[in-house]
Amino acid sequence: MSKLSVTKRGDFVKMCIWRGDASGGSFVDYKIPVSETQTVLDAVTWVQRNVEPGLSYRFACRVGMCGSCAMMVNGRPRWTCRTHVSKVIKNNQIRLEPLRNLPVIKDLVCDLSDFFAKWLKANGRFVPTATREHPVKKISPLSRQRQAANAAIECINCAVCYAACDAVEQYPNYLGPAALNRAWTLVNDVRDDGKRERLRAITADGGCQCCHSQHGCASHCPNELNPARSIAGLKQVAVTAIFKGEV
Amino acid sequence: MPGLRLYLAQRISAMVMTPLVLTHLGVMIYAIRGGLGTTEILSRTQGSLLWGSLYGLFVITVSIHAAIGLRVIAYEWFKLSGLLLNLFAILVGLGLLALGGQAVYTVVLA
Repeated sequence: MSKLSVTKRGDFVKMCIWRGDASGGSFVDYKIPVSETQTVLDAVTWVQRNVEPGLSYRFACRVGMCGSCAMMVNGRPRWTCRTHVSKVIKNNQIRLEPLRNLPVIKDLVCDLSDFFAKWLKANGRFVPTATREHPVKKISPLSRQRQAANAAIECINCAVCYAACDAVEQYPNYLGPAALNRAWTLVNDVRDDGKRERLRAITADGGCQCCHSQHGCASHCPNELNPARSIAGLKQVAVTAIFKGEV
Repeated sequence: MPGLRLYLAQRISAMVMTPLVLTHLGVMIYAIRGGLGTTEILSRTQGSLLWGSLYGLFVITVSIHAAIGLRVIAYEWFKLSGLLLNLFAILVGLGLLALGGQAVYTVVLA
């Protein structure tokens, strides 16, 4: 059966949604009416409004900007607001689970505390070198460093890369692709003054050396960023720092 | 969990091993295609500083590289950690060093 033939207006698909909390749970099947342009998030919303008001899930912008609605869709982490049902349906059904590598709160909602704590641990905070009293620093958009930062900067914190990463699964302390990708943008930001502390953070226990270069992050990032490339850049910076005696 | 220095040691050992592996493969192909027998091979390697250094370096880098790699696998797949994990890696490294060292000794010095 072709994918599009089951998503015409008036058709139904089976949606298996994981229901439960931190103590455990199981999949519950729902029959969803679908249309060709319906997103996975639309389908989940339909379930909550029409069948199961107690279903918990996250969303905000619905246009791929806020990074709230990521879930495991048929075993792969995806942003559900920009994922059409017709693109991901398999055997006339869709299986939804909370994001991998994160503790579950309820149903499709994960606890992202660790994920964001690791952004702070990786010194993902911009440390300014100037105040508002200083003139605005001119930075050429063509400079090598700015281009490296720009290539990695459009992250929406959706945690899809974190859920896709096997190293995160193996090493609970590993900072993960999103936090390290953020660190890479700041390593390349000439206005930033936190490089020494950041270097220590990205080379400490759980730092960039834990990455196995499997590129799960890059192949799943909905914004088509390449955190694995950013981490490879951090590894070069880290190795150079060892030879300079900085770490 | 790999520390940064272990990570670096594994990458440097891989870098050193690359030309050695290619040289070894080239030598093997040359020896077989040329129809060299055991005696002829040993006559070339016995007492040779070049072959002794080359394969000695090969054994040392393999021992370092494999021990660190297996340490990662032991941590990830078998959940070894702490002293046990380091002991495992050291034993693997020393074991490979002993086996390889014996082979080099036999071919070059014995």
